[in-house]
Amino acid sequence: MTTIVTDRAATPAAPTVPGRTMLDPTSEVDASPRSLTPRPTSLDGATVALLDINKARGDVFLDRVEQLLVERGVRVLRFVKPTLAKPAPVDLRQEIATQCHLVIEALAD
Amino acid sequence: MTTQPITDHTDAHPGATGHLPVSDGLVAVVSRECPTCRQVEPVLAELLARGVPLVVCAQEDPAHWSLLAAAHVVDDAELWCSHELGVETVPTLVRLADGQVVARTEGWWRERWEELTGESALGAGLPPQRPGCGSRTTDPALADELAVRFHGHALHSRRVTIGPLEDEVEALYDRGWSDGLPLVPPTPSRVLRMLEGTTRAPDDIVAVVPPLLAECTVEKVAVNAVMAGCRPEYLPVVLAAVEGACSDEFNAHVVLATTNPFGPIVVVNGPIRHAIGMNSGVNALGQGNRANSTIGRALQLVIRNVGGGRPGEVDRATLGNPGKLGVCFAEDEEGSPWEPLSVFRGVPRGTDAVTLFAGEGPRNVMDQLSRDADSLARSFAACLRTVQHPKHVQTYDAMLVVSPEHAARFRDAGWSRTRLLDELHRLTVMPGEELVRGAGGIEQGLPAEEAVGTIPKFRPDGLHVVQAGGGAGLFSAIIGGFRASEAVTREIRP
Repeated sequence: MTTIVTDRAATPAAPTVPGRTMLDPTSEVDASPRSLTPRPTSLDGATVALLDINKARGDVFLDRVEQLLVERGVRVLRFVKPTLAKPAPVDLRQEIATQCHLVIEALAD
Repeated sequence: MTTQPITDHTDAHPGATGHLPVSDGLVAVVSRECPTCRQVEPVLAELLARGVPLVVCAQEDPAHWSLLAAAHVVDDAELWCSHELGVETVPTLVRLADGQVVARTEGWWRERWEELTGESALGAGLPPQRPGCGSRTTDPALADELAVRFHGHALHSRRVTIGPLEDEVEALYDRGWSDGLPLVPPTPSRVLRMLEGTTRAPDDIVAVVPPLLAECTVEKVAVNAVMAGCRPEYLPVVLAAVEGACSDEFNAHVVLATTNPFGPIVVVNGPIRHAIGMNSGVNALGQGNRANSTIGRALQLVIRNVGGGRPGEVDRATLGNPGKLGVCFAEDEEGSPWEPLSVFRGVPRGTDAVTLFAGEGPRNVMDQLSRDADSLARSFAACLRTVQHPKHVQTYDAMLVVSPEHAARFRDAGWSRTRLLDELHRLTVMPGEELVRGAGGIEQGLPAEEAVGTIPKFRPDGLHVVQAGGGAGLFSAIIGGFRASEAVTREIRP
């Protein structure tokens, strides 16, 4: 009679394939997620920024939005980005953030 | 990189610094593989017997040196000591004073060994002189491993270990680093080799890359250049291209974020074109040349990986174009009737430079009948008027790539680059009545109040001329561009 002895502990472990190391090509930074400000339930007493990013006909859209808001007694301030091709300058963003409660941006032509 | 200093022996040899076993006295570096080293073993034993302060660094198992007492032999299998002493040949015998090498001899040379040790009658049974062997530090098979061991500390990028069951090329796709084509895995040894292509320090900041506005080091450019398939000698070109692309004038943010199809077009001028084997001739705008194909790709990978600019995220191109994988070509300066583009744009002649232009895919211009400059300029102008839309003016730029057979017409006529540009601007002035909304039954166009008189197609600095292409073929190319991005030229620094 043949006895098969199985002894796992005595079995040599398979050779480990060494891990291969790469260098991370990214900037290794994650944009910190920030939640949006909750939508206001009412525009009573609010100041609304209308931001024209300087694209064609953005002003047409915002003129009409301004008209509708003013009819409802909402205070409106108008802002224009110096160029559509670059993000809004920090000063402009701070101006909007300190003077207004919400912003409507005309994004496309 | 975790270093493995020979610290086990420092207690036995007080005063040791760095990876050296001692800071004063004699150190002999030997290898068991070297016949001369084996021959000088009795000499080393004799020196120790005479009480000479000597430590033997063994490049393999120190137990192999049976004539030498174990206390005097240190294990340099990791080659740190050999590296720190700059050993290229074994045996090497050095004298240290305050951790500095003050005397050195290589191989067996009785006269020098006696001079260096201050001992006489050494190696009585040996010939006066025997050459040594190559040190293991110069073994080509160990070059990558040793480069990482000795210089890996200069790399600061996060190490990413690919699992044993992962395919390394698939792993790079899985991590989102690819532009869609396979990447060369950026191992530390490859990145170190890439960094040899520049004199700049790995932690030198090259640019702030949009859209994340992330600071990008020379090392990060090198990592992406490896992935793109660049050779180290291309790295200075890639660095200049990254600098140019991230300048305020070029405005890589808008080139990326626009719904237009543009990507950076990199034109290279200067002697480096030949030094790195770039193509400015047959199929210059096409495939088949490693430098042309990988330099532009490396730039785009930097924008993707360092800047975080990925299609469908900040890259909002409606259609894009195949050139967004990366476009780079060299100007045919030798065959051109004009000064190099870089010189035209203010860089001293003979200085390497890149010029970046935000462009779409090239479009062919065929004119096989014009035999004079005026007719050919009119052909070019007729085609340039259609860039983006025949009724669009002042909104888009263009780069005209003139082939040698076409350029010959301007050489014959003595037209400078400025003359050609002036003529093209003049010939692309459009009558407002053709541009107004509704003209030609096409709604696209200018409002009536703007479509007055005549209007130039291009803004004054919106046209660029460069020469490239094969010697046969009456074709040139137009690459449409983008007013929101200015062409920029940057010198290439080593």
